Amino acid sequence: MVTINGEKREDCEGLSVTEMLKREGYETSRIAIEINGVIISKKEFNETLLHSGDSIEVVSFVGGG
Amino acid sequence: MKNRKQEKNDKFILGGHEFTSRFILGSGKYSLDLIRASVQQAGAQIITLALRRANQDGRANILDYIPEGVTLLPNTSGARNADEAVRIARLSREVGCGDFVKIEIMRDTKYLLPDNYETVKATELLAKEGFIVMPYMYPDLNTARDLREAGAASIMPLAAPIGSNKGLCTKEFIQILIDEIDLPVIVDAGIGKPSEACAAMEMGAAAIMANTGIATAGDIPAMAEAFKLAIEAGRKAYLAGTGRVLERGGSASSPLTGYIQDGSVKEGNKSYEE
Amino acid sequence: MKNKINESIMSESIRKDMKENRIDHMTYMDDMEVLESDVAMQVLEAMGTYDQGSYTASDVQYAIYNENRTLDDFGALLSPAALPFLEEMAQMAQKETRRQFGNSVMMFTPLYIANYCENYCIYCGFNCHNKIRRARLDRDGIEREMKAISRSGLQEILILTGESLEMSDVTYIGEACKIARKYFKVIGLEVYPANSADYRYWHQCGADYVTVFQETYNPDKYETLHLAGRKRIFPYRINAQERALKGGMRGVGFGALLGLDDFRRDAFATGTHAYLLQKKYPHAEIAFSCPRLRPIINNDRINPMDVQEAQLLQVVCAYRLLLPFASITISTRECKRVRDNLIQIAATKISAGVDVGIGGHSGSELGDEQFEIDDTRNVQEVYDAILSHGMQPVMSDHIYV
Repeated sequence: MVTINGEKREDCEGLSVTEMLKREGYETSRIAIEINGVIISKKEFNETLLHSGDSIEVVSFVGGG
Repeated sequence: MKNRKQEKNDKFILGGHEFTSRFILGSGKYSLDLIRASVQQAGAQIITLALRRANQDGRANILDYIPEGVTLLPNTSGARNADEAVRIARLSREVGCGDFVKIEIMRDTKYLLPDNYETVKATELLAKEGFIVMPYMYPDLNTARDLREAGAASIMPLAAPIGSNKGLCTKEFIQILIDEIDLPVIVDAGIGKPSEACAAMEMGAAAIMANTGIATAGDIPAMAEAFKLAIEAGRKAYLAGTGRVLERGGSASSPLTGYIQDGSVKEGNKSYEE
Repeated sequence: MKNKINESIMSESIRKDMKENRIDHMTYMDDMEVLESDVAMQVLEAMGTYDQGSYTASDVQYAIYNENRTLDDFGALLSPAALPFLEEMAQMAQKETRRQFGNSVMMFTPLYIANYCENYCIYCGFNCHNKIRRARLDRDGIEREMKAISRSGLQEILILTGESLEMSDVTYIGEACKIARKYFKVIGLEVYPANSADYRYWHQCGADYVTVFQETYNPDKYETLHLAGRKRIFPYRINAQERALKGGMRGVGFGALLGLDDFRRDAFATGTHAYLLQKKYPHAEIAFSCPRLRPIINNDRINPMDVQEAQLLQVVCAYRLLLPFASITISTRECKRVRDNLIQIAATKISAGVDVGIGGHSGSELGDEQFEIDDTRNVQEVYDAILSHGMQPVMSDHIYV
């Protein structure tokens, strides 16, 4: 089990970041990812695999002043 | 007045990038579908954004609404200290927006006043990582000097608390920053009306950042345009050199220069050049 | 730059000496600290572009009433166009002075502890070719002088020497500061330019303020006035204040010797120098002096040419209007009438009980004076004069931190 933006998700262990994003419906070009507090750069998305217990943050821009 | 005339070649340079608009527009508090029109009416070339947890399943992303060629200025809103600001800045850069970042560190949710001390710390850390740092701060001369030392690309003093639309409450202190700090001073927060933006530009501010004043207007794109015109007017007035305020202190009963004995004052405009 | 000559300084022997070969005045000597700083360059650039004839009456009036005056306003205030507005300038200068200082006037005295000098500054009484009685006080002599001065009630002293690394070495001056700490609350130094390590040492010995007169900021003119000696090196002198600040001194004093060259240009450079250093070191205390050329032993013709009393007032007011928080000292080169009026307008510091020779305060003058003074009033007389004009004499405004 992993946590993505605070929500628990099953069956994500072993997926690459790219695969996880696709499954979760995130637009890759518009986001940034942190796993356990460490930023994962876009070129590492394919090789980086998720592990049980990982806490993932997916962020993007919103309106703000 | 001579030094102002030299600014005929009036460029707004920020972190090595050149802009022709001195209006930085905020994108919060109003609907996405109005952003494009507002940016266009404002003539803004820089727009601020916040960073939040992403939406799934193809819900609208703000980047779709910002015209091409506009520089993105992510802010670190949500950060309560320097470390959090640094984290948000790094994540923002990772999304892919260039190196600009506006530091906003607030640990007071009632007034949203920035923490100057944490802001200096964050500025130093982020400047070292190559960010073009634009720190939002409470107008304090000593902090402004520290920010300059820390590598800030500009200073962004608040005019009044965020969202208050109260105008130039900190006018005198912003003037001190404009006079003393050798960096662009961008007045940010609290500007509620175009006339206030104009006044800030007349004082010599380098640019204005506004959000709520536009977002809460009746006709948002029209207000964006009004701000644009006001900012241009204020800048023109500053460059033209505003007239002096005549202040006569009353004449002494006997003139202060009465003691002079060699009579040269009475020679009036005689030039002492050879 | 145009070079006008103040003929009163010249003599047969000086003209002859000027024909001799001289060392390059822009090259540092080996033991002179070279400061990495562009302040001097900025001052010279500003001075080079200062066009005193270009200002109009309206520029001057704008400058007088501007709330935050720029260097350009300062230029207007120093220009010939400002003379008809001298009364208005004086009124505004008085207003600014009252705002910053109230009606306080600081009192102090200079103490020359040695007049040996290796420099050949053609206008100065101490110059190495001038035949005068040379003297250097020893520890006891210094202590005697300081005791006598301190008994007059003064709490601030300015220690001066001629420039002689042999007779007035760095340690000698440091020891004088230590003795002064026993008698005075505030110690200033007006000695030869030194390296920042020397200033740091002197600061530890008790000095807090350093004054160096650039004499003239025009490098070409400077070269013709300082024919030999360490003082000849222009860049070392102009960077002295910054080295002093780097060495931990609280405050620095500036001044051009008015009458040596174009006084408007020199005053403009002086103000620019102070303005830029204050911007760079915002904590630094700033002081101005406006000395005019005076007669010396073996040349009583020396005078400041076109720097008459009105022009002196113009310079004082311009300094005050540019930097309202700076202190402005009026020396005994000026007469009682001029001094008493200037302290009511814009000067904030005045000397009293002055002897510009060596050893005069404790009764036996051993060495001759640097220049002829024009106000010989003692401390009590100056104190009373200040009071009589509705001003407040202040002996010391400091706490030792």
